[in-house]
Amino acid sequence: MSEKILYGCTALFDSPDSVINAAAKVAEEGYVKYDVHTPYPLHGMDKAMKLKPSKLGYIALIFGLSGASAAMLTLWWMSAVDYPLVIGGKPFFPYPAYIPVVFEITVLSASIATVLSMLFFFFKFPNNIHPLHGTRYMKKVSADKYGILIQADDPKFDESLVKAFFENTGAAEVDLVYWDDEEISHNNSILEPKFLIFLLAAAVITSGATYVSFNKLLYIIPFNWMSEQPKLSAQQASPVFKDGFGMRQPVAGTVARGFLPYQFTGQPDLAGEKLTNSIPVSKRSLEAGRVNFDIYCSPCHGFYGDGASRLHGQFPNPPSLHSEKIRNWTDGRIFAVITEGQNVMPSYATQLSTEERWEVISYIRALQRALNAKESDLK
Amino acid sequence: MSFSTIEYRKKPLPAKVGIAGFCLLALGLILILLSYLTDSDRSAYNNIIGLSFLISLGVGALFFVALEYVAGAVWSTPFRRAAEFISSTIIFLPVLFIPLLLNLNRVFSWTHPLPADKSLIGKAPYLNTNFFIIRVIAFWLIWLIFYHFLTRNSKKQDESSDQQLTQKNIKLSAAFMPIFAVTITFSAIDWLMSIEPHWFSTIFGVYYFSGTVLASLAACTILIVLLNENGYLVNGLKPDHYYSLGALLFAFINFWAYIAFSQFLLIWYANLPEETVWFLTRWYGSWKLISIGLIFVHFIIPYFGLLSQPSKMNSKRLLIMGGWILFSHYYDLYWLVMPNYSKEGVLFGWPELGFPLFISGIIVLVIYYKTKRENLVPIGDPKLRRGIDFRL
Repeated sequence: MSEKILYGCTALFDSPDSVINAAAKVAEEGYVKYDVHTPYPLHGMDKAMKLKPSKLGYIALIFGLSGASAAMLTLWWMSAVDYPLVIGGKPFFPYPAYIPVVFEITVLSASIATVLSMLFFFFKFPNNIHPLHGTRYMKKVSADKYGILIQADDPKFDESLVKAFFENTGAAEVDLVYWDDEEISHNNSILEPKFLIFLLAAAVITSGATYVSFNKLLYIIPFNWMSEQPKLSAQQASPVFKDGFGMRQPVAGTVARGFLPYQFTGQPDLAGEKLTNSIPVSKRSLEAGRVNFDIYCSPCHGFYGDGASRLHGQFPNPPSLHSEKIRNWTDGRIFAVITEGQNVMPSYATQLSTEERWEVISYIRALQRALNAKESDLK
Repeated sequence: MSFSTIEYRKKPLPAKVGIAGFCLLALGLILILLSYLTDSDRSAYNNIIGLSFLISLGVGALFFVALEYVAGAVWSTPFRRAAEFISSTIIFLPVLFIPLLLNLNRVFSWTHPLPADKSLIGKAPYLNTNFFIIRVIAFWLIWLIFYHFLTRNSKKQDESSDQQLTQKNIKLSAAFMPIFAVTITFSAIDWLMSIEPHWFSTIFGVYYFSGTVLASLAACTILIVLLNENGYLVNGLKPDHYYSLGALLFAFINFWAYIAFSQFLLIWYANLPEETVWFLTRWYGSWKLISIGLIFVHFIIPYFGLLSQPSKMNSKRLLIMGGWILFSHYYDLYWLVMPNYSKEGVLFGWPELGFPLFISGIIVLVIYYKTKRENLVPIGDPKLRRGIDFRL
């Protein structure tokens, strides 16, 4: 026993009150290197031990603030500098939209930094060896007793004095704890090769497992039962056909049912000459034209075709449909604009079928006539 | 284990408190009368701010009392009377809402909607003068009834120490919680949101609730700290009690900011004209400064004021931040109401001072007379001993 080095002196107490009183006395005596171990947190222990408030709060604050500013800077750089995009008509740097994201990153970085600094600075990770491990004292204080430990490297430590002091404070058991040989020779450096290899292995295993499960495992039987099907997807190659393409061209000289190809692409004036409104004007067709006009045309041209719309002033202003020029256009000329678009106006061929386009044109004619009535209309 | 007996000697507040209360009340009353005589419209708007503030304090404090019973909290028992005293301002709510009920059409355009205004005609089954008056009086009676029974049981317990009374109050409080949620939401809609009857925000009730709880908590904190520092409460209250009050204040500062920002973000993102108009009114001219100031006054300054652990235990800091939060709640209500009256820019003068002075007078006097008649500590409450021994 004599060659063993003393780590400290422990004392076990039976009740939380006695351990709080004893801890206060230890602090009063002027010991500095001591600690209290209890099965659960005791109210009032901080005060008895005269502990200063933990420094962890500052770490959380610093990392939280740097996380917040890093997130805001990243978002600003991505959306306002590097790749500006108009999203929902908002400015390039819509900071109110980023506040929830920045808030989350603040919380995330603060909590990760707190946990890591607690592990590395306060618990001295990766050190996992401590003289108290495996002692009777440790078993007791993690079950039903309350203990105090005074370390031997405390400047005021004296074996017999400490023992007597503990017995005076009402300790149920007083014991000495020694270092093991293994613990003394143990190197606690963070750069220990064993630990680094462990870290590296952990990284390789995690990333490897992730890669294998997402890129390989999911594509073998039975996980691929739904994803791989014996049919052709769009753009897929196929050996059945000579040219190797899976997608086929329509047979030359045929037209799909209910569909007439538009023959005047790029020739609006020609379309104006050749095309005529094929839908007879009726109450039903005008009503159908009004519904589609209100849905597709009114956001720019306004509900009455006069250009007074919600988007007025936000784009090159949409023209009025009551101008001399448009009133003199033929139906076919307007049909060409709806089909192909003009200037900022996009094509509406996919939204409106051929018939619907003619109905909208009839409704536009009705609007024009309402504003520019002829003498004969009044009779 | 032996229980030391709780030593409590009842002391009334010094007479100068009562005099100060009367001075505030009289000064406020003179200013209110003058402003009603000179500019009734402006005064009616200020009246709404004042009324909402008093509802916040009174009903919010009653919520705090009920919360203690429902949650079975012990830490707040030694100073529950402070919240009970402040909640007795509920009795005086008619002083502020009767002048408004007589002047409804000065503030609320829904009392006389234009025939072409389909939106208001559609809302008329809810927003009409008769139903409005019924709601206001019904809500007031509901609050009054709960106030009466909760405090009566609490007072009875001082003499009888009957534990059954606590059980009764727990049941009453549990019933009060959902009723409080509904009444405070509809009060917010009636008094504050319906000033702009075309506009609506579904979170508005929660927004007002967050301010309500914050303001009443701040008022209770000020009263508790003042009483305790001057030795009116029982011995043995520790920084742990202060810390709990400070932490609750801090939590509700964040809750308010969360709700206020949620309301803003959704309206800003959707960008619908019928919703954004409300913020645009508050962004016009010098109101912009008040709007930006709200973030600092109501969130950033109290947030950092109560962020650290020692600041929540410091009596001086709690008093300063409590006063600041009361001010910020008035500021918030001013920001909610006044832009509808003075659309061109910020308007602040002596007519705005009448109601804050009047309300301070009411609160000081209520506390003065309550402490004269009643115990400042619920000495018969079975939770009192545990409440004094409370440790974090």
